[in-house]
Amino acid sequence: MDSNLRREIILENYQEPLNRGLVEDESYLKVNTNSESCIDNLDFMMKIEDNVIKDIRFDGEACAISTSASSIMIQTLIGKTVKEAKDILNNYKNMIQEKEYDEKLLGELIVYDEISKQPNRINCALLPSVAVEKMLEKLN
Amino acid sequence: MNREDFPMLNNNLIYFDNGATTLKPKQVIESMNRYYLEHTSNIHRGDYDAALKTNMEYDQVRDIVASFVNCDSREVIYTSGATMSLNLVVFGYMKKHLKKGDVVLLNKGEHASNILPWIRLQEEIGICIQFVPLDEKFELTLDNIKKYVTSETKVISLAHVSNVLGDVRDISSIGNFCKEHNIIFNVDGAQSVPHMKVDFKNSNIDFLSFSGHKMCGPTGVGILVGKYELLKDMDPVFYGGGMNSFFEDDFSYELKDVPIKFEAGTPPIAEVIGLGEAIKYLDKIGMNIINEYEKKLKKYLVSKLKSIPNIILYNENTDSGIIAFNIDGVFAQDSSVYLNHYNICVRSGNHCAKMLKDEINVKNTVRISLYFYNTFDEIDKLVNVLTNSEDIFKIVL
Repeated sequence: MDSNLRREIILENYQEPLNRGLVEDESYLKVNTNSESCIDNLDFMMKIEDNVIKDIRFDGEACAISTSASSIMIQTLIGKTVKEAKDILNNYKNMIQEKEYDEKLLGELIVYDEISKQPNRINCALLPSVAVEKMLEKLN
Repeated sequence: MNREDFPMLNNNLIYFDNGATTLKPKQVIESMNRYYLEHTSNIHRGDYDAALKTNMEYDQVRDIVASFVNCDSREVIYTSGATMSLNLVVFGYMKKHLKKGDVVLLNKGEHASNILPWIRLQEEIGICIQFVPLDEKFELTLDNIKKYVTSETKVISLAHVSNVLGDVRDISSIGNFCKEHNIIFNVDGAQSVPHMKVDFKNSNIDFLSFSGHKMCGPTGVGILVGKYELLKDMDPVFYGGGMNSFFEDDFSYELKDVPIKFEAGTPPIAEVIGLGEAIKYLDKIGMNIINEYEKKLKKYLVSKLKSIPNIILYNENTDSGIIAFNIDGVFAQDSSVYLNHYNICVRSGNHCAKMLKDEINVKNTVRISLYFYNTFDEIDKLVNVLTNSEDIFKIVL
């Protein structure tokens, strides 16, 4: 991907992140990610109905990578079944950790395909996937 | 000054993260290498030449520390660092001597290691922690402390220099006040002992903790200085070899005297020797010279930072080499990633003072912490990078 386009997508999602702001609704699953290895602190909430992700929202203080990745991840996951979401999360993690992954599943999330070159940013990029996984675990 | 002694500085590195850890001069590294290459041996009871040399070098560091902070050698305990020192005070001394309802005065600017042990002790024995608020300049003053002292106040525990805002607390006056009111005075010297002359006896300090690695020494070693009368009544937290006189099958045992009874097991020998060398190194430059130079650097840095419109400073008036700031609209971590692009090392985050946000209304900051090997030229380079930060996201994304 062209590096200017990559930067533009990340910056847009950092400066005007989608689905930012939490709602008062007890039917949502909730999780806080206070990462040990960095200073990002985001709250996530997710609504699942009939095994489909209907909504995900987030809020808090975080760096450009965590914030933008949360925004893009949320857009990618809304409307997906739990199984599809797990596939996307696994492929995303593989991409971030330089393992094999299926690019077709990831949509705009591929803007982070070179993040592993900045080791201190890996956890930032992984933060939304860790949050969604934690919420999915609560389903079991 | 003395830049030629620091191999890390050979790569055009601008190192402004001295509050986290300092660089090591080659004299310190060489002293540890000599132990490993020429006289590796354990301390205590070795009758061969290498062991005798190790014993001598290891033991004399107690004298070096004692002379450095003005205490008796028998008041110097080797620990793994300031965190262990503070925990030893809380769980070795305070747990034994405080009782339910006794008040310990802290403040929200303290590092985790001077808050969490106390919270744990509060859970265990019911002491009562109270936080003295910082004043409008985010400083902790004796006047503010006095307002919170009652007959229940048994301990005042604070950092001499706070690690985020860098305010220098007047430990001499606070120590006098504590002595007059029979309050135990516990001082975290991690950010002060490396940067200024600290006088244990004359400041009426009861316990003083600091780390080797923040003062040109190695990681893994630190010091607890405690008044001898208090140390006699302090329990060890660790038990084992080296610290006992005897133990028998009727479960009787006797511990060695202060300070050895607090040093169970094989200690970090090379690190203790390295710390001794670091103190000799600092002493040779002169702590007052170091302190004056850092103040000049800080003043220069503050004046330059204030001329950059989008820089928010949180502690321009505090009297140490620590500066906390943010670039307006930029998350602290993004700022530190940006500076790293120019080989400038700073730290971003809450700096382990997670309650400070209640006082200064900001959670995360970029922290610059200076040391004597930093230069005015390095500050100019930093200021130039910060002045031209409009393309920051081109760099960090």
